[in-house]
Amino acid sequence: MDKVADKQKREDSLNGVGCSRKRKEDARFIQGKGNYTDDIKMPGMLFADMVRSPYAHARIISINKEKALALPGVHAVITAADLKPLNLHWMPTLAGDVQAVLADEKVHFQYQEVALVVADDRYIAADAIDLVEVEYEELPVLIDPHKAMTDDAPILREDLVGKMEGAHSTRKHNNHIFNWQAGEKESTDRVFDSADVTVSQDMVYHRVHPCPLETCGCVASMDKINGKLTVYLTSQAPHVVRTVVSMLSGIPESNVRIVSPDIGGGFGNKVGIYPGYVASIVASIVLGVPVKWVEDRMENISTTAFARDYHMRGELAADSNGIIKGLRVNVLADHGAFDSCADPSKFPAGFMHICTGSYDIPVAHLNVDGVYTNKAPGGVSYRCSFRVTEAVYVIERTMDVLAQKLGIDKAEIRRRNFVKKEQFPYKTCLGFELDSGDYHTALEKVLDAVDYKGLRREQEEKRAKGELMGIGLVTFTEVVGAGPSKSCDILGVGMFDSAEIRIHPTGSAMARMGTITQGQGHQTTYAQIIATELGISSDEISIEEGDTDTAPYGLGTYGSRSTPVGGAATAVAARKIKAKAKKIAAHLLEVSEDDLEWEVDRFKVKGVPGQEKTMKDIAWAAYNNVPEGMEPGLEAVDYYDPPNFTFPFGAYLCVVDIDKHTGVTDIRRFYALDDCGTRINPMIIEGQIHGGLTEGYAVAMGQEMPFDEQGNLLGNTLMDYFLPTFVETPKWETDYTVTPSPHHPIGAKGVAESPHVGSIPTFTSAIVDAFAHLDVTHMDMPHNAFRVWKQVKALGLLD
Amino acid sequence: MAKQAVSFTLNGKTVDVLVEPRELLIHTLRENLNHTGAHIGCETSHCGVCTVDVDGQSVKSCTLLTVQAAGSDVKSVEGLASADGLHVIQQAFVDEHGLQCGFCTPGMLMRAYRFLQENPNPSDEEIRWGMSGNLCRCTGYQNIIEAVKTAAKNLQQA
Amino acid sequence: MIPSVFEYHKATSIADAIAKLRDNEDAKLLAGGHSLLPMMKLRFAETPYLVDINGIEELKGIRIDGDTITIGAMTTESELINSDILQQYCPLLVDAAKLVADPQVRNKGTIGGDVAHGDPGNDHPAVMLALDAQLVIHGPNGERTIPANGFFLGTYWTALEEHEILVAIKVPALKPGTGHGYSKLKRKTGDYAVAGAPVVVEMDGDIVRDIRIGLTNVAPMAIRAEAAEDLIRGKRVDEALLKVVEKAVIAVCDPAVDLRGDEEYKSHMAAIMARRSIIQAIANAKG
Repeated sequence: MDKVADKQKREDSLNGVGCSRKRKEDARFIQGKGNYTDDIKMPGMLFADMVRSPYAHARIISINKEKALALPGVHAVITAADLKPLNLHWMPTLAGDVQAVLADEKVHFQYQEVALVVADDRYIAADAIDLVEVEYEELPVLIDPHKAMTDDAPILREDLVGKMEGAHSTRKHNNHIFNWQAGEKESTDRVFDSADVTVSQDMVYHRVHPCPLETCGCVASMDKINGKLTVYLTSQAPHVVRTVVSMLSGIPESNVRIVSPDIGGGFGNKVGIYPGYVASIVASIVLGVPVKWVEDRMENISTTAFARDYHMRGELAADSNGIIKGLRVNVLADHGAFDSCADPSKFPAGFMHICTGSYDIPVAHLNVDGVYTNKAPGGVSYRCSFRVTEAVYVIERTMDVLAQKLGIDKAEIRRRNFVKKEQFPYKTCLGFELDSGDYHTALEKVLDAVDYKGLRREQEEKRAKGELMGIGLVTFTEVVGAGPSKSCDILGVGMFDSAEIRIHPTGSAMARMGTITQGQGHQTTYAQIIATELGISSDEISIEEGDTDTAPYGLGTYGSRSTPVGGAATAVAARKIKAKAKKIAAHLLEVSEDDLEWEVDRFKVKGVPGQEKTMKDIAWAAYNNVPEGMEPGLEAVDYYDPPNFTFPFGAYLCVVDIDKHTGVTDIRRFYALDDCGTRINPMIIEGQIHGGLTEGYAVAMGQEMPFDEQGNLLGNTLMDYFLPTFVETPKWETDYTVTPSPHHPIGAKGVAESPHVGSIPTFTSAIVDAFAHLDVTHMDMPHNAFRVWKQVKALGLLD
Repeated sequence: MAKQAVSFTLNGKTVDVLVEPRELLIHTLRENLNHTGAHIGCETSHCGVCTVDVDGQSVKSCTLLTVQAAGSDVKSVEGLASADGLHVIQQAFVDEHGLQCGFCTPGMLMRAYRFLQENPNPSDEEIRWGMSGNLCRCTGYQNIIEAVKTAAKNLQQA
Repeated sequence: MIPSVFEYHKATSIADAIAKLRDNEDAKLLAGGHSLLPMMKLRFAETPYLVDINGIEELKGIRIDGDTITIGAMTTESELINSDILQQYCPLLVDAAKLVADPQVRNKGTIGGDVAHGDPGNDHPAVMLALDAQLVIHGPNGERTIPANGFFLGTYWTALEEHEILVAIKVPALKPGTGHGYSKLKRKTGDYAVAGAPVVVEMDGDIVRDIRIGLTNVAPMAIRAEAAEDLIRGKRVDEALLKVVEKAVIAVCDPAVDLRGDEEYKSHMAAIMARRSIIQAIANAKG
């Protein structure tokens, strides 16, 4: 066979990077043989269920367990009083605050955990929770974050009274959590004072919830004989859980095993350590048998980490040509009753300071104040990349407002302000160094694909007839891949990640990473990286994650960090193996290493055809014929501390038609172009984009978590909480460019958060655009038919 | 009330269980019978991850009492593949990347299986309407539609 | 997620079902179960004694005798959709059934359950009003057939007396010159209506000889927009008339305020749905 064709054939058979190969994990899922937490059964296992507060703010006067304990099959009813002697009634959060495990003398949000009931089966447990009698004394409720710091605001956190030094800053008020700033206030203010044009727009990024189809849960099993605690749980960060559980329980980390089995969707919902896990672990330790706790849907929506609730003001200062001179962003953040945000610990507002976006902005100032309210804790979740959803929303919305004020087309104003290709790597004025980008190309590709000019002409015609058509445009830059350990840590543990690869004698391989897939396809994509690095077919590389007894320490999967950090560790570990393999090959071929070159799956002696050793040959030799002084075996570990984040970007365009009589919006077209650098598996990338866009659609168009004056959460079932079905979901068009990351070993950036981050402001942009000719500059989400209709009516468009 | 003996056919085999009247079929399948393919995603009968096939119809097994299934012919995802290999629908989901986390997949497959018997040659719109009782958070549905179309084509050729 | 404890009994006949309801305090019927079981799982509804009426043959089936169609109360939404008789002679029922819930729920949900449950969000009551249906009821005191108009009294309140069971629904077969329209605005598949409007018209050329407009989920129970009907009866419908009709529809609405909308929005949506259904009905009356 022709040499070139032979080389291509060998490359194709690797199914490596760039190949849309089918997924290896599918086999078990399509046969109903996935292993999710609620599938796990252990001998003697008991079931736990949670008694929860009906009130948002109340003192607990008494808890009577008698009737519940009298029900046959009930083994225990655990309250804060039972956890107190173990000092486990409160636990530290990831954000430097503390959180009640079980309500200690008072409850701070509706559905807060009050008591854990443990019974023989889930039916008895369900009956038992109705029998626990709790007496409450209601207290005044604080729901509006804007009222949190007034003089007459109710006191929520009695445990913090007098403690005015918070984890991140001094606190101005007992309901104040932190103040966080980036950039330069004085120089930014001066720019605004002297600018030709300034715009200011208030906007709310409303509270929503990631709502994966699998709720949270665990099976905790304390083996008293061996002193080992094993917990299976829905966690996106099993090693972090192990460290925290060890610290809380006093059991050495070497005797704690955390296993994240198959996870039915994470989306940031499964990062935090929830009271249900801790209480179940205690129950298992006390009772000496496995205890399973799995929440139901209402519990999931009502109490696990919500997302967003950022009340923002975006301001831009520009010259009359629309060139930006300065950016000011002010945020009031509603964190609920405890600050349990899953941010890297130095960043209480996450990466909000990416709010300079894709633009060359000389000076900026960001100010964020977080406050407590009587709502469930959270804030960072739902594919937000640590507040990047909020950051992109504020800059993209404010750009539109600036464009509208100046009468400049939305695409044009972006072109004028983009960071140019030549400027990369580009240091933003708020402290990020964007690794690579080509924003102009991405934008032009999208505008050409949809015939933007034609759409604007059509819009003119429709406006003349009184029809509402809108075109939304967003050109976002994301920051993912947290992150360099000098700035990024979770509870003090640096945010590196890891990979361990071992080649077996007969040439196949296994690898374990510190990340954990929840549907992103790691079993396939990591194998593809190794396949391309080492010349072994990805079919013969098995990937494992999630068992802390065997996987190297990692910080888990969220914020699209697996490819940038875990993928880098994988490539570097593979390269260590390759370096050793080269030495073995030189030894086998009796040449020096300098005489060798690598081609697809083998080392060849330069200029001597036929003198070559495949990785398979080398693997066998590694176990029986290594050079003098070299240890046998063929494996490597890498702990990768990334030098920087990665910055995927994209250009999204959306066309909407609004039925003014009902307020219903038809998403006529959505065109999404993403650049995530090197594309490991295009099929998987496209799937992630479809999913992220669909979540974004749900957030922008219908999801909400409204509270009434008493702090009751309305709409916490799937009757009201908007999860679009096949029928509502638009058809997505996807496209891409490739601008590799210069600092990543294979140039890959990560992609899965981008469609969520970028699509949400695109929908708002489109809907506002439908009314822009009537001087509407902004409309808050969700853009459900009711709210859009109210706008139509307010504008007098219904005769 | 004392437990009742209930007998039905599951994937072609007779099963006998002893259940309280209030026991839901989804729990009987998952707990007593160790068929954990069908999942639980909500308690208000919206999500569809519990979907199985009962007497030739797609049914949400979280909204059926096991006592109601007495004498019924129940099919779950564990019964789709045969000794000859994967069902055409299962292979189509793999080929078209119609799954990511896999949690909705058993319910999707069982609904697709029945839907294609009801409508062997569906349009995209008919698929959207016919599968609207099954939610997915990962895929955005687009590749599932492709999978159902591929399965339809391959089933007709078979 | 888990109902509280109850006894379960399968009724062998209509008479047996009535006897079980009569002899057991707080007994409830299990029909399709897709309204009752979700409520029991959330423990918003409880019963010590559940009477399963699935399997009673006399409650099933759709038949046509002359110009009356008789539909067994245990006919599922899917069976309504797939019925040749209804597709030809009562397509309004088919159109309405298609927009109820989702495919799996339609396989179990019954027309009888939807009509008798009394939830203002259920879709069939307003359709019964638009069709001028008759409801066949059996109870401890015998059988009676009453018009649907007047059956729906309030939220979870119908004209069913204690221990009575709805056993069948009679609707008229479509006559030449009759048209139907159905419009339902909902937030998403599986949701109750923001507002729904089934409409039946009988035409004399371009003149509407008779019209019935039902409204779903904009009052404590399904209602007829009678004042709006009076404005149309005997007239030719044009844009000016439709505007007046919309106002009349808004005036009879008394919707609950919830996450679907406030009173103003829901009332206006009822008007828009009615308008669209009227236009549709007139168009398809012409064949």
